[in-house]
Amino acid sequence: MTVMEQRGAYRPTPPPAWQPRTDPAPLLPDALPFRVLGTEAAAQADPGLLRRLYAELVRGRRYNAQATALTKQGRLAVYPSSTGQEACEVAAALVLQERDWLFPSYRDTLAAVARGLDPVQALTLLRGDWHTGYDPHEHRIAPLCTPLATQLPHAVGLAHAARLKGDDVVALALVGDGGTSEGDFHEALNFAAVWQAPVVFLVQNNGFAISVPLAKQTAAPSLAHKAVGYGMPGRLVDGNDAAAVHQVLSEAIAHARAGGGPTLVEAVTYRIDAHTNADDATRYRGDAEVETWRAHDPIALLERELTERGLLDDDGIRAAREDAETMAADLRERMNQDPVLDPMDLFAHVYAQPTTQLLEQEAQLKAELDAEADGPHHLGEGAGR
Amino acid sequence: MTTVAVKPATMAQALTRALRDAMAADPAVHVMGEDVGTLGGVFRVTDGLAKEFGEDRCTDTPLAEAGILGTAVGMAMYGLRPVVEMQFDAFAYPAFEQLISHVARMRNRTRGAMPLPITIRVPYGGGIGGVEHHSDSSEAYYMATPGLHVVTPATVADAYGLLRAAIASDDPVVFLEPKRLYWSKDSWNPDEPTAVEPIGRAVVRRSGRSATLITYGPSVPVCLEAAEAARAEGWDLEVVDLRSLVPFDDETVSASVRRTGRAVVVHESGGFGGPGGEIAARVTERCFHYLEAPVLRVAGFDIPYPPPMLERHHLPGVDRILDAVGRLQWEADS
Repeated sequence: MTVMEQRGAYRPTPPPAWQPRTDPAPLLPDALPFRVLGTEAAAQADPGLLRRLYAELVRGRRYNAQATALTKQGRLAVYPSSTGQEACEVAAALVLQERDWLFPSYRDTLAAVARGLDPVQALTLLRGDWHTGYDPHEHRIAPLCTPLATQLPHAVGLAHAARLKGDDVVALALVGDGGTSEGDFHEALNFAAVWQAPVVFLVQNNGFAISVPLAKQTAAPSLAHKAVGYGMPGRLVDGNDAAAVHQVLSEAIAHARAGGGPTLVEAVTYRIDAHTNADDATRYRGDAEVETWRAHDPIALLERELTERGLLDDDGIRAAREDAETMAADLRERMNQDPVLDPMDLFAHVYAQPTTQLLEQEAQLKAELDAEADGPHHLGEGAGR
Repeated sequence: MTTVAVKPATMAQALTRALRDAMAADPAVHVMGEDVGTLGGVFRVTDGLAKEFGEDRCTDTPLAEAGILGTAVGMAMYGLRPVVEMQFDAFAYPAFEQLISHVARMRNRTRGAMPLPITIRVPYGGGIGGVEHHSDSSEAYYMATPGLHVVTPATVADAYGLLRAAIASDDPVVFLEPKRLYWSKDSWNPDEPTAVEPIGRAVVRRSGRSATLITYGPSVPVCLEAAEAARAEGWDLEVVDLRSLVPFDDETVSASVRRTGRAVVVHESGGFGGPGGEIAARVTERCFHYLEAPVLRVAGFDIPYPPPMLERHHLPGVDRILDAVGRLQWEADS
């Protein structure tokens, strides 16, 4: 048998000429970010939803301010504020059903709180108390993820597993513009599209990865354009328009739930505060730029829409602010209590069953703690010989 | 009493059987990785699983190790027990961030709320003439990461027993498969229920009185061969197969060294910063008054894994082990 004959055995016909699998046009994002507020589309929006979004935005803004204040008082080790991005955070939380899962990054404490997580539990990572202050299964919120984009494949895997089990569950994963440069972003989107996993990726493009602007982050026309290469739809939305973000995410989640596979949503927004309280944003951006975005504030946009349509009056605004103050006062008071940590917890959850090596180290720490309680240290017998 | 008819089986066959039995016993067990489905894995360890259990249970993934392990994390979060294959030792490196930043510590960072029962199968080690990136011994990286169990079988029976235990474990297990032992045969009866070997127990493969060879994985048969050869020199060597690097069985190792008074640690990976340093230190701390000589290491050289035509000079062989055993007469000569 010749080599050519062997080849024929597994490739009996010539390969067809290569064709692109689909027309990419339906996958491409629109040229301009989708908007609802201030447009005719706003008339179609559910007034109850708009009012709920508004209340959550006001609470979220206050939450960001309170958490930032707590860093100045030394109560939080660090806080990455989402001021200016509250529309994305709140829409992400409100768009999910209870059975769905949220996969937040370190900046998304607000999304977790808006989903119903206790604000103190949401801050344990940033306080330095414990890495995750809540049971992820209880709220269906994955631990806040500090490495960039590594939570995205988790969201894909969870959504895939849920579908394999026949459960009607969607995962929503949050990532920043900088995170889209990471390898895990690529791998997650590729797996999601190949598996047609019920997952939605929300990129909060807030303009900067710490100090690096988007123009130095990517040469793509938009981050939503990246979807096309994976074979999933890309949607571009005004990230300061809470109604628009909610609508686009709702559609993407419904599409995923119906078996249509993943969607990449890019929300164009802006980080009004610095990267964290430890960062100096004046080194990499000018006041004029920040002021432009302040004029496009997510709360002001929604407030104008609601008042113009007679859905909100001064009393309503006052009520929302008072509710936010109550939340902030409660957070402040509880965060001002010193957490009580048990050093022996260090060994509690490394393995299901501690190894003998860890048991020895546990005994060592116990002895050290006992000795500390007994008074000053003395060299043991035999030392100094 | 009936005699069970045993027949030779390879380690690869035992691993396949372990995967099949685990999948049959628990529908949560999912096998995933590059080429594990239709092809049955490049070493055929997953052969037939996709056909028997369907492509949803034995899944050919895109070629992306971080994605394979990262999606396995999410699957484990949802109650599945993924068994991922990394195909070759050095191919696992792109997955290290997922392994170290998430897999190893998810239980800890969630205070026990979110354990990740993931088994990561990594064919490892040299001696098969593999080209670059196909022969690394990467166990030291895994050992240095709290939260992972690190296991490596050296026999056909252990390959089955330890893989079943790894899949059943509620913690992540890095399951290192010595590539050059895939086709080694033992007398094993794959038709009978086979013992599951608990993780964390070393075993004395050969009893002896003169010195202990502490080893694991691909170096176990080499040490057994060295022990046979040493008999001609009057040395009666004990060989301890660790089987589990994490947790480490101090008890079995220390008991052996206290009996023999001398020890050599043998492994393929580099000696500097390698497992042998840790093992030698542990033995010294526990057995100092019993030792007649320093604990020696016979390891691979501290070099990037060499090209196949030179690997026999790198891998610890019988002569290098015997040379070390000879140096255990250190105290008598000094």
